[in-house]
Amino acid sequence: MNSQASTPDAATVWSWLEAVCDPEIPVVNLREMGILRDVRIVADEVQVHLTPTYSGCPALSQMQTDVLEQLHHRGVKARVVLQLSPAWTTDWMTDAARDKLRDYGIAPPGRCQQPMPGQGSLAVVHLVRHLRDEDEAVVCPRCGSTHTQQTSVFGSTACKSLHRCLSCHEPFDHFKAI
Amino acid sequence: MAAPLPFLLHLADDALVLGQRNAEWCGHGPAIEEDIAMANVSLDLIGQAGLLYQLAAQRLGDGATEDQLAYFRDADAYLNHTLVELPHSGPQVGHAQTDRDYATTIARNFLHGAFNLLRWDALCASSDADLAAIAAKSVKEARYHLRHARGWLIRLGDGTAHSHDRMQAALDHLMPYTQEFWLTTPEENQGVSDGVLPQAPAQWQAAWDELVDDAVSQAGLRRPSSQGHVSQGKCGQHSEHLSYLLAEMQSLARAHPGAQW
Repeated sequence: MNSQASTPDAATVWSWLEAVCDPEIPVVNLREMGILRDVRIVADEVQVHLTPTYSGCPALSQMQTDVLEQLHHRGVKARVVLQLSPAWTTDWMTDAARDKLRDYGIAPPGRCQQPMPGQGSLAVVHLVRHLRDEDEAVVCPRCGSTHTQQTSVFGSTACKSLHRCLSCHEPFDHFKAI
Repeated sequence: MAAPLPFLLHLADDALVLGQRNAEWCGHGPAIEEDIAMANVSLDLIGQAGLLYQLAAQRLGDGATEDQLAYFRDADAYLNHTLVELPHSGPQVGHAQTDRDYATTIARNFLHGAFNLLRWDALCASSDADLAAIAAKSVKEARYHLRHARGWLIRLGDGTAHSHDRMQAALDHLMPYTQEFWLTTPEENQGVSDGVLPQAPAQWQAAWDELVDDAVSQAGLRRPSSQGHVSQGKCGQHSEHLSYLLAEMQSLARAHPGAQW
């Protein structure tokens, strides 16, 4: 570690962190996923604010390690601040990230239709009723068909659901809108 | 304003114990998709428990840690609802006589999931900013948990005669334990007057009834009576099942206290 390095400015840190990818979906980086929220320089320390996707996401500690590694090997003193509020939403994913997910075989999330939480129990009842019938059609990332069917609400990770395409008959993952 | 510590532990214990129970399906799910779904739901719940225990430990101070709260408290210190600690074995009569009855798992996740969604939604408005932040994150996950359990309740209830009967038996078995949801502890009363708990749990009962009646009728099931003994797990009086669950969950941490990997 190079202890001579001066403290970089925030823009430089953002550019370095472009290299830190989502450990489970390595085609997108943390900024594109909306997980990297802020970079603050406090005295000689870089504080990187990350917002976890799901409470139980096992990739979170890997993301913290990867961020720190990027900065430490440049001799920068850094720490990760976990920021819970506002809660992460798939609406923070960039359009580029959505395209990359699709190319990778994962149907990207639609825009979050759900009402904001905290609107009272009647809104919750309404929401559950709304959820019960059907979702917006999920488009098959391979053939573009909307003739698809959900096979399970939970896929290989908590953030994804499992679907199959009734046109090309391929199974695929869908990144759920939350 | 800080939420009363026992209330934080009640929320955390509910999440951890249900997470541990659902994780018992790992490798035993009735279908691969369900095996994965249960593991995912467990991960979310254990993650929520972790956030709540971290908050409680930070406020307790004096070197308290999340692991200590999870692994070094005995059953009588746990404040979860009795419903979440019951085994998956079901009523042990009639149709549900196996060690792991998926209908029992689904009925529990549905009944608790509907309550939990209403609870997290209400807590988003808590004046305890740390708790409100955890609630805003958890409410999104709770929606998917309820959606999963609700979907299966309807599929099994509205499935074959056999699946219908097993789903009904599970619902009959578990419904009385939901009475505990509407008890208000002194800490909850305190929380309501301080504004950290926007309403007492009993205020959510009408919305919960609506969620339950709606799903049960779609499933072609009969809503059973919820009368009888009112369990008191949230006050620390548990069934015999909790200590067995904790014994398994805590054994490693207690055999190697402070171990790191």
